[in-house]
Amino acid sequence: MTLRRIFARGVMAMLAVLAAVPVYAADMEVKIDNFTFSPPQITVKAGTTITWVNHDDIPHTVVSKTLAFKSKAMDTDDKFSFTFATPGTFPYFCSLHPHMTGSIVVEADTGK
Amino acid sequence: MAHDHDHNEGPSRRKVLECMTWAGTGVLWTITGGVPHSLGLVDEAQAAEAKGLTFLQISDSHVGFDKPANPNAKGTLEEAIARVGAIPAKPAFMIHTGDITHLSKPAEFDDADKIISQAKLDVHYVPGEHDIIDPDVKLYKERYGRGTKGSGYYSFDANGVHFMGLVNVANLKGGGMGSLGDEQLAWIADDLKGRSASTPLVVFAHIPLWTVYPEWGWGTEDSGRALSLMKRFGSVTVLNGHIHQVMQKVEGNVTFHTARSTAFPQPAPGTAPSAGPMKVPAEQLRTMLGTASVTFKRGEKQLAIIDTPLAG
Repeated sequence: MTLRRIFARGVMAMLAVLAAVPVYAADMEVKIDNFTFSPPQITVKAGTTITWVNHDDIPHTVVSKTLAFKSKAMDTDDKFSFTFATPGTFPYFCSLHPHMTGSIVVEADTGK
Repeated sequence: MAHDHDHNEGPSRRKVLECMTWAGTGVLWTITGGVPHSLGLVDEAQAAEAKGLTFLQISDSHVGFDKPANPNAKGTLEEAIARVGAIPAKPAFMIHTGDITHLSKPAEFDDADKIISQAKLDVHYVPGEHDIIDPDVKLYKERYGRGTKGSGYYSFDANGVHFMGLVNVANLKGGGMGSLGDEQLAWIADDLKGRSASTPLVVFAHIPLWTVYPEWGWGTEDSGRALSLMKRFGSVTVLNGHIHQVMQKVEGNVTFHTARSTAFPQPAPGTAPSAGPMKVPAEQLRTMLGTASVTFKRGEKQLAIIDTPLAG
């Protein structure tokens, strides 16, 4: 292995650690599958970023009932992320198929 | 596909529905005094050659869809339009009950236009939820919404029949189904005011205007309010798409009918985990896609709907 390669691997390993940090902290994913948000309800600490991923063959959206957040139409495998900075309950739905609903409960981050 | 029906007795409604389900065979329906009876299967019915106003319904072309349920939705739309062109008696016009495109992209609208215009018929559109998902929600209205009200609803008259194109896919609320909204309901009331109760009404919108299956959102939450405004009319025909399968219901003077998609089939209510595209064997696909033609015979208060699959 050349020195350059060893260096490159080292950099990649560092990047991997950096990239992994927020995921490790609390970030979460909501899957959209078979016209369902899964899990439909999540409780998180303020500051958490939630990413929705559409696994259906049909586009979906993620729209907060209070319009606190609103995705574009997500085609298959498209993602949408939102960081929940303030505590509260955030019910949301798919504006194309409004029978699809979910909610995010955000609790104050007490630093624990 | 061959079917053994005892035509001397006339096929029973149940048999006919079986036919539609299993073979996708078109059926000519006649409504007299609100009671439907079938006149027979498509070939027989077409031989009888209906006179009066005939128009075509096409729906859910989903141009841009390329997933396994039909990797070539453009191709099946082309096939459907070629068949429209081959109909011996030229229909007066066409209605498209929405989901013209899959993702409201300009290129999808362009492709749809290029193909549908080959039928050389006027087309009256209403949007599906897939037609209003461009970032600025303006492409559908720019192309098809000239002279329409609100989210794109309008009415027109042809051969003494009053047509209303409604929009039930805009401003939907979480937990609900399709919705017309107060503004459109007020317009419907106004549009019908002073019209003679003997005027046949044809109402078309994307999502069914009756509750097919609320678990999948297959219905319109305020459709009851719209239909109550139409109660006094002797003949009301409601044409929808959205559910990608033929379904019919008669309630008093109102006949509800949904058309096939030209792109991909969807499962019967409750028979699958979700309403998503249904993958069927390639040789079966074209029996589950198609168009519908509707004929009014003036003076007879008769209405006939023929569903024709692309193959069958």
